[in-house]
Amino acid sequence: MTEGPPIKYAKADGRLIAVEGIDGSGKSTQVRLLEQWLRHGGLRVFKTEWNSSDVVKEITSKGKKKGTLTPTTFSLLHATDFDDRYERNILPLLHAGYWVLADRYAYTAYARDAVRGCHPEWIRRLYSFARKPDIVFYFEVPVDVAVNRMLSGRPNLKYYEAGMDLNLSNDIFESYRIFQSRITKEYEAMVKSDGFVVIDGSLPIEEQQRLVRSKVSGLMSKEVVHKMMVGTGIESRTPS
Amino acid sequence: MRFYGHGLPYLGELDVKGRLIVIEGPDASGRSTQIATLTEKLEAEGHAVVNTGLKRSELVSQGIINAKRSLGTGKRTLSLFYAADFADQLENKIIPALRSGYIVLADRYIYTLMARDAVRGMDRKWCHDLFGFALVPDLIFSLEVSPSELVHRVFQRQNTLDFYEAGMDMGLGEDMYSSFIRYQRLIAAEFKRMQARYGMIPVNGERMPLAVESELQDRILSFLVAQTQ
Repeated sequence: MTEGPPIKYAKADGRLIAVEGIDGSGKSTQVRLLEQWLRHGGLRVFKTEWNSSDVVKEITSKGKKKGTLTPTTFSLLHATDFDDRYERNILPLLHAGYWVLADRYAYTAYARDAVRGCHPEWIRRLYSFARKPDIVFYFEVPVDVAVNRMLSGRPNLKYYEAGMDLNLSNDIFESYRIFQSRITKEYEAMVKSDGFVVIDGSLPIEEQQRLVRSKVSGLMSKEVVHKMMVGTGIESRTPS
Repeated sequence: MRFYGHGLPYLGELDVKGRLIVIEGPDASGRSTQIATLTEKLEAEGHAVVNTGLKRSELVSQGIINAKRSLGTGKRTLSLFYAADFADQLENKIIPALRSGYIVLADRYIYTLMARDAVRGMDRKWCHDLFGFALVPDLIFSLEVSPSELVHRVFQRQNTLDFYEAGMDMGLGEDMYSSFIRYQRLIAAEFKRMQARYGMIPVNGERMPLAVESELQDRILSFLVAQTQ
Protein backbone atom coordinates (compact mmCIF):
# COMPACT_ATOMS: atom_id res chain seq x y z
CA MET A 1 0.00 0.00 0.00
CA THR A 2 1.31 3.42 -0.83
CA GLU A 3 0.37 6.78 0.51
CA GLY A 4 1.28 8.43 -2.74
CA PRO A 5 3.35 11.53 -3.20
CA PRO A 6 3.25 14.14 -0.42
CA ILE A 7 0.32 16.47 -0.68
CA LYS A 8 1.29 19.94 -1.73
CA TYR A 9 -1.15 22.67 -0.97
CA ALA A 10 -1.75 25.01 -3.86
CA LYS A 11 0.08 28.28 -3.55
CA ALA A 12 -3.21 30.02 -3.98
CA ASP A 13 -4.67 28.63 -0.78
CA GLY A 14 -8.11 29.77 0.20
CA ARG A 15 -8.80 33.08 1.82
CA LEU A 16 -10.05 33.65 5.33
CA ILE A 17 -12.10 36.71 6.11
CA ALA A 18 -13.56 37.40 9.55
CA VAL A 19 -16.11 39.95 10.65
CA GLU A 20 -16.25 41.19 14.20
CA GLY A 21 -18.31 43.69 16.16
CA ILE A 22 -20.85 43.75 18.95
CA ASP A 23 -24.41 42.48 18.48
CA GLY A 24 -26.32 44.91 16.33
CA SER A 25 -23.23 46.28 14.61
CA GLY A 26 -24.52 45.03 11.27
CA LYS A 27 -21.69 42.60 10.62
CA SER A 28 -23.90 39.65 9.76
CA THR A 29 -25.72 41.64 7.09
CA GLN A 30 -22.41 42.73 5.64
CA VAL A 31 -20.95 39.24 5.58
CA ARG A 32 -24.10 37.97 3.87
CA LEU A 33 -23.78 40.57 1.14
CA LEU A 34 -20.12 39.75 0.75
CA GLU A 35 -20.95 36.06 0.46
CA GLN A 36 -23.51 36.77 -2.26
CA TRP A 37 -21.04 38.83 -4.22
CA LEU A 38 -18.30 36.22 -4.08
CA ARG A 39 -20.68 33.40 -4.99
CA HIS A 40 -22.14 35.41 -7.81
CA GLY A 41 -18.63 35.90 -9.12
CA GLY A 42 -18.19 32.14 -9.28
CA LEU A 43 -15.92 31.73 -6.29
CA ARG A 44 -16.25 28.83 -3.90
CA VAL A 45 -17.44 30.24 -0.61
CA PHE A 46 -18.09 28.81 2.83
CA LYS A 47 -19.63 30.82 5.65
CA THR A 48 -19.32 29.76 9.28
CA GLU A 49 -20.95 31.23 12.35
CA TRP A 50 -19.89 31.48 15.96
CA ASN A 51 -21.32 28.82 18.27
CA SER A 52 -22.91 26.74 15.56
CA SER A 53 -21.27 23.33 15.74
CA ASP A 54 -23.77 20.54 16.29
CA VAL A 55 -21.55 18.71 18.74
CA VAL A 56 -21.39 21.59 21.19
CA LYS A 57 -24.48 23.71 20.68
CA GLU A 58 -26.74 21.50 22.75
CA ILE A 59 -24.37 21.47 25.71
CA THR A 60 -23.93 25.22 25.73
CA SER A 61 -27.66 25.80 25.64
CA LYS A 62 -28.20 23.24 28.39
CA GLY A 63 -25.59 24.96 30.55
CA LYS A 64 -27.19 28.29 29.87
CA LYS A 65 -30.57 27.00 30.95
CA LYS A 66 -29.20 25.54 34.14
CA GLY A 67 -27.18 28.66 34.84
CA THR A 68 -24.10 26.74 35.94
CA LEU A 69 -21.70 28.11 33.34
CA THR A 70 -18.62 29.80 34.70
CA PRO A 71 -16.43 32.16 32.65
CA THR A 72 -13.95 29.33 32.12
CA THR A 73 -16.45 26.64 31.10
CA PHE A 74 -18.18 29.17 28.88
CA SER A 75 -14.88 30.01 27.26
CA LEU A 76 -13.86 26.37 26.82
CA LEU A 77 -17.18 25.40 25.30
CA HIS A 78 -16.86 28.19 22.78
CA ALA A 79 -13.32 27.07 22.03
CA THR A 80 -14.60 23.51 21.55
CA ASP A 81 -17.24 24.78 19.17
CA PHE A 82 -14.70 26.85 17.30
CA ASP A 83 -12.23 23.99 17.03
CA ASP A 84 -14.88 21.58 15.82
CA ARG A 85 -15.75 23.95 12.99
CA TYR A 86 -12.08 24.71 12.43
CA GLU A 87 -11.02 21.08 12.08
CA ARG A 88 -14.08 19.91 10.15
CA ASN A 89 -14.70 22.87 7.87
CA ILE A 90 -12.51 25.94 8.03
CA LEU A 91 -9.08 24.36 7.64
CA PRO A 92 -9.89 21.68 5.05
CA LEU A 93 -11.86 24.20 2.99
CA LEU A 94 -9.02 26.69 3.11
CA HIS A 95 -6.65 23.98 1.89
CA ALA A 96 -9.06 23.25 -0.92
CA GLY A 97 -8.93 26.88 -1.96
CA TYR A 98 -12.26 28.11 -0.62
CA TRP A 99 -13.10 31.61 0.50
CA VAL A 100 -14.04 31.11 4.13
CA LEU A 101 -16.13 33.83 5.73
CA ALA A 102 -16.29 33.73 9.50
CA ASP A 103 -19.10 35.56 11.23
CA ARG A 104 -17.06 36.10 14.41
CA TYR A 105 -13.67 34.49 14.94
CA ALA A 106 -11.27 34.07 17.86
CA TYR A 107 -11.41 37.82 18.51
CA THR A 108 -14.93 37.40 19.83
CA ALA A 109 -13.51 35.09 22.47
CA TYR A 110 -10.65 37.48 23.22
CA ALA A 111 -13.18 40.25 23.83
CA ARG A 112 -16.01 38.43 25.60
CA ASP A 113 -13.98 36.04 27.72
CA ALA A 114 -11.72 38.85 28.88
CA VAL A 115 -14.77 40.86 29.93
CA ARG A 116 -15.98 37.78 31.82
CA GLY A 117 -12.68 37.73 33.68
CA CYS A 118 -10.61 35.01 32.04
CA HIS A 119 -6.93 35.79 31.72
CA PRO A 120 -6.23 37.36 28.29
CA GLU A 121 -3.02 35.39 27.78
CA TRP A 122 -4.75 32.13 28.57
CA ILE A 123 -7.45 32.86 25.98
CA ARG A 124 -4.87 33.74 23.34
CA ARG A 125 -2.97 30.52 24.01
CA LEU A 126 -6.17 28.52 23.74
CA TYR A 127 -6.77 29.79 20.20
CA SER A 128 -3.13 29.81 19.16
CA PHE A 129 -3.83 27.02 16.64
CA ALA A 130 -6.19 29.23 14.64
CA ARG A 131 -4.89 30.68 11.43
CA LYS A 132 -4.79 34.47 11.28
CA PRO A 133 -7.43 35.74 8.86
CA ASP A 134 -6.38 37.58 5.71
CA ILE A 135 -8.72 40.38 6.71
CA VAL A 136 -10.62 41.08 9.90
CA PHE A 137 -13.38 43.63 9.43
CA TYR A 138 -14.44 45.38 12.59
CA PHE A 139 -17.83 47.03 12.44
CA GLU A 140 -17.69 49.98 14.71
CA VAL A 141 -20.90 51.50 16.01
CA PRO A 142 -21.72 53.55 19.08
CA VAL A 143 -22.89 51.13 21.77
CA ASP A 144 -26.26 52.87 22.11
CA VAL A 145 -26.96 52.56 18.41
CA ALA A 146 -26.18 48.84 18.40
CA VAL A 147 -28.09 48.18 21.59
CA ASN A 148 -31.14 50.03 20.32
CA ARG A 149 -31.00 48.11 17.04
CA MET A 150 -30.93 44.84 18.96
CA LEU A 151 -33.65 45.74 21.40
CA SER A 152 -36.03 47.10 18.81
CA GLY A 153 -35.87 43.80 16.95
CA ARG A 154 -36.54 41.39 19.81
CA PRO A 155 -36.92 42.80 23.23
CA ASN A 156 -36.42 39.62 25.24
CA LEU A 157 -32.77 39.31 26.17
CA LYS A 158 -31.31 36.10 27.49
CA TYR A 159 -29.40 35.82 30.76
CA TYR A 160 -25.89 35.16 29.44
CA GLU A 161 -26.39 37.24 26.32
CA ALA A 162 -27.04 40.21 28.57
CA GLY A 163 -23.98 39.39 30.68
CA MET A 164 -26.19 38.88 33.74
CA ASP A 165 -23.64 36.38 35.06
CA LEU A 166 -21.28 39.30 35.61
CA ASN A 167 -23.53 41.04 38.13
CA LEU A 168 -23.24 44.33 36.30
CA SER A 169 -26.77 45.39 37.08
CA ASN A 170 -30.01 43.81 38.24
CA ASP A 171 -31.74 45.35 35.27
CA ILE A 172 -31.24 43.06 32.30
CA PHE A 173 -31.27 45.90 29.76
CA GLU A 174 -28.81 47.96 31.76
CA SER A 175 -26.61 44.89 32.20
CA TYR A 176 -26.66 44.29 28.44
CA ARG A 177 -25.69 47.89 27.76
CA ILE A 178 -22.72 47.77 30.18
CA PHE A 179 -21.66 44.35 28.88
CA GLN A 180 -21.67 45.54 25.28
CA SER A 181 -19.72 48.67 26.10
CA ARG A 182 -17.07 46.61 27.88
CA ILE A 183 -16.79 44.31 24.88
CA THR A 184 -16.45 47.37 22.67
CA LYS A 185 -13.51 48.52 24.78
CA GLU A 186 -11.82 45.16 24.29
CA TYR A 187 -12.39 45.34 20.55
CA GLU A 188 -11.03 48.87 20.39
CA ALA A 189 -7.84 47.72 22.07
CA MET A 190 -7.42 45.08 19.37
CA VAL A 191 -7.93 47.36 16.37
CA LYS A 192 -4.28 48.22 16.15
CA SER A 193 -2.59 45.18 17.69
CA ASP A 194 -4.56 42.73 15.56
CA GLY A 195 -4.78 44.88 12.46
CA PHE A 196 -8.55 45.18 12.16
CA VAL A 197 -9.98 46.94 9.13
CA VAL A 198 -12.45 49.30 10.74
CA ILE A 199 -15.76 49.89 8.97
CA ASP A 200 -18.04 52.62 10.24
CA GLY A 201 -21.20 50.67 10.98
CA SER A 202 -23.34 53.77 11.04
CA LEU A 203 -22.80 54.38 7.30
CA PRO A 204 -25.54 53.25 4.88
CA ILE A 205 -25.45 49.50 4.29
CA GLU A 206 -24.51 49.93 0.61
CA GLU A 207 -21.64 52.23 1.44
CA GLN A 208 -20.25 49.80 4.04
CA GLN A 209 -20.50 46.97 1.54
CA ARG A 210 -18.68 48.98 -1.08
CA LEU A 211 -15.80 49.50 1.35
CA VAL A 212 -15.79 45.82 2.28
CA ARG A 213 -15.76 44.66 -1.35
CA SER A 214 -13.06 47.05 -2.35
CA LYS A 215 -10.86 45.78 0.49
CA VAL A 216 -11.64 42.15 -0.30
CA SER A 217 -10.81 42.58 -3.98
CA GLY A 218 -7.27 43.25 -2.80
CA LEU A 219 -7.04 39.53 -2.02
CA MET A 220 -8.03 38.50 -5.55
CA SER A 221 -5.92 37.88 -8.58
CA LYS A 222 -6.26 40.47 -11.36
CA GLU A 223 -8.33 38.14 -13.52
CA VAL A 224 -10.80 37.45 -10.74
CA VAL A 225 -11.05 41.12 -9.85
CA HIS A 226 -11.80 41.93 -13.47
CA LYS A 227 -14.48 39.26 -13.67
CA MET A 228 -16.05 40.39 -10.39
CA MET A 229 -16.09 44.03 -11.47
CA VAL A 230 -17.61 43.22 -14.86
CA GLY A 231 -20.18 40.86 -13.47
CA THR A 232 -21.46 42.68 -10.44
CA GLY A 233 -19.52 45.87 -10.84
CA ILE A 234 -18.45 47.65 -7.69
CA GLU A 235 -18.33 50.93 -9.63
CA SER A 236 -21.85 50.71 -10.94
CA ARG A 237 -23.14 50.09 -7.43
CA THR A 238 -21.33 53.02 -5.93
CA PRO A 239 -23.80 55.74 -5.10
CA SER A 240 -22.78 58.86 -6.97
CA MET B 1 -3.25 27.03 46.86
CA ARG B 2 -1.48 27.63 43.59
CA PHE B 3 -2.62 27.27 40.00
CA TYR B 4 -0.59 25.85 37.14
CA GLY B 5 -0.98 29.04 35.13
CA HIS B 6 -3.12 32.13 35.25
CA GLY B 7 -5.76 30.42 37.35
CA LEU B 8 -9.26 31.78 37.68
CA PRO B 9 -8.67 35.53 38.01
CA TYR B 10 -12.35 36.37 38.52
CA LEU B 11 -12.47 34.35 41.76
CA GLY B 12 -9.98 36.65 43.45
CA GLU B 13 -7.94 35.29 46.35
CA LEU B 14 -8.94 31.72 47.11
CA ASP B 15 -9.37 30.99 50.77
CA VAL B 16 -8.93 27.26 50.77
CA LYS B 17 -9.04 25.19 53.92
CA GLY B 18 -9.31 21.74 52.42
CA ARG B 19 -6.82 19.48 50.66
CA LEU B 20 -6.74 18.19 47.14
CA ILE B 21 -5.42 14.67 46.64
CA VAL B 22 -5.27 13.04 43.24
CA ILE B 23 -5.02 9.35 42.32
CA GLU B 24 -3.98 8.74 38.74
CA GLY B 25 -3.62 5.44 36.93
CA PRO B 26 -5.05 3.55 33.97
CA ASP B 27 -8.40 1.74 34.04
CA ALA B 28 -8.21 -1.44 36.13
CA SER B 29 -5.20 -0.15 38.04
CA GLY B 30 -7.27 -0.25 41.21
CA ARG B 31 -8.05 3.46 41.45
CA SER B 32 -11.70 3.21 42.37
CA THR B 33 -11.13 0.51 44.97
CA GLN B 34 -8.39 2.55 46.57
CA ILE B 35 -10.47 5.70 46.56
CA ALA B 36 -13.41 3.94 48.18
CA THR B 37 -11.31 2.55 51.02
CA LEU B 38 -9.35 5.78 51.44
CA THR B 39 -12.60 7.69 51.71
CA GLU B 40 -13.81 5.40 54.47
CA LYS B 41 -10.50 5.55 56.28
CA LEU B 42 -10.22 9.34 56.13
CA GLU B 43 -13.80 9.83 57.26
CA ALA B 44 -13.19 7.42 60.13
CA GLU B 45 -10.28 9.67 61.07
CA GLY B 46 -12.69 12.61 61.13
CA HIS B 47 -11.96 14.24 57.77
CA ALA B 48 -14.88 15.02 55.48
CA VAL B 49 -14.20 13.69 51.99
CA VAL B 50 -15.62 14.54 48.57
CA ASN B 51 -14.93 12.34 45.54
CA THR B 52 -14.59 13.63 42.01
CA GLY B 53 -13.57 12.08 38.73
CA LEU B 54 -13.24 12.80 35.06
CA LYS B 55 -16.29 12.96 32.81
CA ARG B 56 -18.72 13.21 35.67
CA SER B 57 -19.96 16.73 35.29
CA GLU B 58 -23.62 17.03 34.48
CA LEU B 59 -22.85 19.80 32.09
CA VAL B 60 -20.61 18.14 29.57
CA SER B 61 -20.42 14.38 30.01
CA GLN B 62 -23.30 13.58 27.65
CA GLY B 63 -21.74 15.93 25.13
CA ILE B 64 -18.46 14.04 25.25
CA ILE B 65 -20.26 10.74 24.70
CA ASN B 66 -22.03 12.22 21.68
CA ALA B 67 -18.86 13.81 20.35
CA LYS B 68 -17.03 10.48 20.52
CA ARG B 69 -19.87 8.84 18.64
CA SER B 70 -19.84 11.50 15.98
CA LEU B 71 -17.27 10.53 13.36
CA GLY B 72 -14.70 13.11 12.54
CA THR B 73 -14.56 14.85 15.89
CA GLY B 74 -10.98 16.05 16.09
CA LYS B 75 -8.62 15.18 18.93
CA ARG B 76 -8.21 18.82 19.89
CA THR B 77 -11.99 19.26 19.92
CA LEU B 78 -12.30 16.34 22.32
CA SER B 79 -9.52 17.64 24.47
CA LEU B 80 -11.21 21.04 24.76
CA PHE B 81 -14.45 19.25 25.60
CA TYR B 82 -12.75 17.32 28.39
CA ALA B 83 -11.18 20.53 29.62
CA ALA B 84 -14.62 22.15 29.80
CA ASP B 85 -15.90 19.16 31.73
CA PHE B 86 -12.97 19.34 34.10
CA ALA B 87 -13.40 23.10 34.59
CA ASP B 88 -17.05 22.57 35.42
CA GLN B 89 -16.14 20.09 38.15
CA LEU B 90 -13.26 22.21 39.40
CA GLU B 91 -15.36 25.32 39.82
CA ASN B 92 -18.69 23.83 40.79
CA LYS B 93 -17.49 20.96 42.94
CA ILE B 94 -13.80 20.86 43.86
CA ILE B 95 -13.26 24.51 44.76
CA PRO B 96 -16.47 24.87 46.81
CA ALA B 97 -15.54 21.69 48.71
CA LEU B 98 -12.00 22.90 49.33
CA ARG B 99 -13.34 26.22 50.56
CA SER B 100 -15.50 24.42 53.07
CA GLY B 101 -12.56 22.42 54.33
CA TYR B 102 -13.17 19.07 52.68
CA ILE B 103 -10.54 16.67 51.52
CA VAL B 104 -11.15 16.20 47.83
CA LEU B 105 -10.10 12.79 46.53
CA ALA B 106 -9.93 13.06 42.78
CA ASP B 107 -10.22 9.91 40.71
CA ARG B 108 -7.83 11.20 38.00
CA TYR B 109 -7.13 14.82 37.19
CA ILE B 110 -5.60 16.78 34.32
CA TYR B 111 -2.64 14.39 33.92
CA THR B 112 -4.67 11.63 32.31
CA LEU B 113 -6.10 14.18 29.90
CA MET B 114 -2.67 15.56 29.06
CA ALA B 115 -1.16 12.09 28.63
CA ARG B 116 -3.91 11.02 26.23
CA ASP B 117 -3.33 14.14 24.16
CA ALA B 118 0.44 13.88 24.19
CA VAL B 119 0.49 10.29 22.91
CA ARG B 120 -1.83 11.41 20.12
CA GLY B 121 0.72 13.94 19.02
CA MET B 122 -0.71 17.10 20.47
CA ASP B 123 1.58 19.86 21.56
CA ARG B 124 2.47 19.29 25.23
CA LYS B 125 3.01 22.97 25.91
CA TRP B 126 -0.41 23.83 24.53
CA CYS B 127 -2.05 21.18 26.71
CA HIS B 128 -0.18 22.37 29.78
CA ASP B 129 -1.23 25.96 29.12
CA LEU B 130 -4.80 24.86 28.49
CA PHE B 131 -4.94 23.66 32.10
CA GLY B 132 -3.45 26.87 33.45
CA PHE B 133 -6.73 27.30 35.34
CA ALA B 134 -6.22 24.05 37.31
CA LEU B 135 -5.31 24.01 40.98
CA VAL B 136 -2.02 22.38 41.88
CA PRO B 137 -2.98 19.40 44.11
CA ASP B 138 -1.40 18.77 47.50
CA LEU B 139 -0.59 15.18 46.62
CA ILE B 140 -0.60 13.29 43.33
CA PHE B 141 -0.28 9.52 43.27
CA SER B 142 0.23 7.53 40.14
CA LEU B 143 -0.74 3.85 40.32
CA GLU B 144 1.62 1.92 38.10
CA VAL B 145 0.57 -1.41 36.61
CA SER B 146 2.33 -2.94 33.63
CA PRO B 147 0.22 -3.24 30.47
CA SER B 148 0.45 -7.04 30.42
CA GLU B 149 -0.90 -7.23 33.98
CA LEU B 150 -3.48 -4.57 33.20
CA VAL B 151 -4.91 -6.47 30.26
CA HIS B 152 -5.61 -9.50 32.47
CA ARG B 153 -7.29 -7.38 35.08
CA VAL B 154 -9.55 -5.90 32.44
CA PHE B 155 -10.39 -9.34 31.09
CA GLN B 156 -11.23 -10.59 34.56
CA ARG B 157 -13.82 -7.87 34.78
CA GLN B 158 -15.25 -8.02 31.29
CA ASN B 159 -14.48 -9.86 28.10
CA THR B 160 -13.63 -6.90 25.94
CA LEU B 161 -11.20 -4.00 25.94
CA ASP B 162 -12.48 -0.44 25.76
CA PHE B 163 -11.99 1.10 22.32
CA TYR B 164 -10.22 4.22 23.59
CA GLU B 165 -8.33 2.57 26.45
CA ALA B 166 -6.95 0.29 23.76
CA GLY B 167 -5.98 3.30 21.67
CA MET B 168 -7.93 1.88 18.75
CA ASP B 169 -8.32 5.36 17.26
CA MET B 170 -4.55 5.49 16.78
CA GLY B 171 -3.97 2.55 14.47
CA LEU B 172 -1.32 1.04 16.73
CA GLY B 173 -1.73 -2.66 16.15
CA GLU B 174 -3.17 -5.44 14.07
CA ASP B 175 -5.63 -6.41 16.77
CA MET B 176 -7.15 -4.97 19.90
CA TYR B 177 -4.86 -6.86 22.24
CA SER B 178 -1.62 -5.62 20.74
CA SER B 179 -3.07 -2.15 20.34
CA PHE B 180 -4.02 -2.10 24.03
CA ILE B 181 -0.52 -3.15 25.11
CA ARG B 182 1.19 -0.60 22.87
CA TYR B 183 -1.17 2.17 23.85
CA GLN B 184 -0.83 1.54 27.58
CA ARG B 185 2.95 1.50 27.20
CA LEU B 186 2.83 4.91 25.55
CA ILE B 187 0.60 6.26 28.31
CA ALA B 188 2.86 4.84 31.01
CA ALA B 189 5.90 6.42 29.35
CA GLU B 190 4.07 9.73 29.23
CA PHE B 191 3.29 9.49 32.94
CA LYS B 192 6.97 8.83 33.60
CA ARG B 193 7.79 12.00 31.70
CA MET B 194 5.32 13.98 33.78
CA GLN B 195 6.43 12.60 37.14
CA ALA B 196 9.18 15.06 37.93
CA ARG B 197 7.51 18.06 36.37
CA TYR B 198 4.27 17.68 38.29
CA GLY B 199 5.62 16.05 41.42
CA MET B 200 3.78 12.76 41.08
CA ILE B 201 4.42 9.98 43.54
CA PRO B 202 4.65 6.64 41.73
CA VAL B 203 2.95 3.79 43.57
CA ASN B 204 3.45 0.17 42.60
CA GLY B 205 -0.08 -0.98 41.80
CA GLU B 206 0.82 -4.59 41.06
CA ARG B 207 0.84 -5.55 44.70
CA MET B 208 -2.15 -6.85 46.65
CA PRO B 209 -4.78 -4.12 47.14
CA LEU B 210 -4.11 -4.14 50.89
CA ALA B 211 -0.44 -3.30 50.41
CA VAL B 212 -1.24 -0.45 48.04
CA GLU B 213 -3.89 0.76 50.44
CA SER B 214 -1.58 0.93 53.41
CA GLU B 215 1.09 2.78 51.45
CA LEU B 216 -1.44 5.38 50.26
CA GLN B 217 -2.94 5.73 53.72
CA ASP B 218 0.42 6.16 55.41
CA ARG B 219 1.51 8.81 52.96
CA ILE B 220 -1.76 10.73 53.11
CA LEU B 221 -2.13 10.59 56.88
CA SER B 222 1.44 11.67 57.50
CA PHE B 223 0.97 14.53 55.05
CA LEU B 224 -2.16 15.64 56.89
CA VAL B 225 -0.43 15.41 60.24
CA ALA B 226 2.52 17.45 58.95
CA GLN B 227 0.09 20.11 57.72
CA THR B 228 -1.54 20.60 61.08
CA GLN B 229 1.74 20.98 62.92
